[in-house]
Amino acid sequence: MRLSVRGLACERGGRRVFDGVSFTLDEGEALLVTGRNGAGKSSLLEMLAGRLRPAGGRILWDGAGERSLAESLHHVGHRDALKGALTARENLDFARDFLGCPALSALEALEAVGLAHAARLPVGYLSAGQRHRVALARLLVAHRPLWLLDEPTSALDAASQEILRGLLEDHRAKGGLIAATTHVPLFLKTPKEIRIERAFPPPSAGEGAERSEAGEGSNPPPDAPSPGPAGHSLPQRGEGRSRSGKSDPDGGEGRRGEGS
Amino acid sequence: MTRSFRALLIRDLRLAARVGGSGVMGLIFFLAIVTLIPFALGPDLNLLARIGPAILWIAAVLATLLGLDRLFQADEEDGSLDLLRLSPAPLEVIVLAKVLAYWLTTGLPLVIAAPLFGLLVALSPEGMLAMVATLLVGTPALAFLGAVGAALTASLRRGGLILSILVLPFMIPTLIFGVAAANAALGGTVPFMTPFLILMAITLVSAVVGTFGAAAALRAGE
Repeated sequence: MRLSVRGLACERGGRRVFDGVSFTLDEGEALLVTGRNGAGKSSLLEMLAGRLRPAGGRILWDGAGERSLAESLHHVGHRDALKGALTARENLDFARDFLGCPALSALEALEAVGLAHAARLPVGYLSAGQRHRVALARLLVAHRPLWLLDEPTSALDAASQEILRGLLEDHRAKGGLIAATTHVPLFLKTPKEIRIERAFPPPSAGEGAERSEAGEGSNPPPDAPSPGPAGHSLPQRGEGRSRSGKSDPDGGEGRRGEGS
Repeated sequence: MTRSFRALLIRDLRLAARVGGSGVMGLIFFLAIVTLIPFALGPDLNLLARIGPAILWIAAVLATLLGLDRLFQADEEDGSLDLLRLSPAPLEVIVLAKVLAYWLTTGLPLVIAAPLFGLLVALSPEGMLAMVATLLVGTPALAFLGAVGAALTASLRRGGLILSILVLPFMIPTLIFGVAAANAALGGTVPFMTPFLILMAITLVSAVVGTFGAAAALRAGE
């Protein structure tokens, strides 16, 4: 299985958000998508999930069997697709039957995210973090090779983040693919990383629209330590970063206009 | 595919029963309209009996419209619609499951309650039977036609109003032949089956147009 993205461009509301995003993702690999707010990280995942149409470029999915890309992926976005009136278990039972290729039962999946005690509670009564964990449990009830995760650690406590990391590594070990947007390091083993920059800076930020070159994601050396708390600015990212990323490692607001 | 269909149908039925029940709400709305009109017309039983089918049908159309705006909007808001797009079943099957669940929770209760509400407008027993038959055959058409509008307005915040304006004109043929068939059963020159068969045809056409139309509208809204 292999996901390759070539020169992907995104437009929202007639405005070019990013273009020229390319990467490939093979079995067992994880891709971290970073970039400042509004850079188009979520839009990239929504394009992969088939919710948005690309303004340019291609998404190629070389899956196993006849299943299309949309049938081969899980997408956990900011909206968690859970019904507040149904219990956690009913929500997961629905996903399990609906998505096909059932894997763990709803109760097992809830246990895996540490929420077995909340199985019979309506999701509407759960906290934001607990809801998010129920949404993550959906990854486990139906077997799908590609996981698209939008800010998977948002609203999670430290223990849950550790559980999540375990789930992600498990999935990779079984040959799964992961693409996640993130602002915090996920401490995954040898992830690929791309940084998305705005295709064109806002008019006030300087002229000479510079194209982003969120290039090939690249693997750091296999024995490299997991990126630390400031992982996305460590030098091991290599060619995976864009040109402006180099001159502006932290992606601080307002610095880009001066740099270009 | 049938598995996805069944899962979605059961989920929607469960949701309708859980959240105070959109079906019960439609039924009470139906009752409110049907009781309101005799108050406005006065105690003329002959007049009521003559326009009774029309009152019941208009009430059914309005009651169907009532919950229609939430058909896809509720799923759009919480992201469920994105989940539904990842199904192994095509979008048309998903629309079919949702419309069927919607009809079972709003249309079918109206059909069952029609004889009771017929009493309020002084319908004769034959008239009640005709009302049940025409509503049973006609209300699915309303749900399917409404689904297209619901899909088009899924991402609009105040979509309910636009939905009504969009969809009501297309419901007029169903209304005409539904009322015509019910009136024919009460006596007249036209045999009951003539308008009733046309009503059936409208429902079958709406089922196809509604399913594919709503699925196309959802795809366009990606």
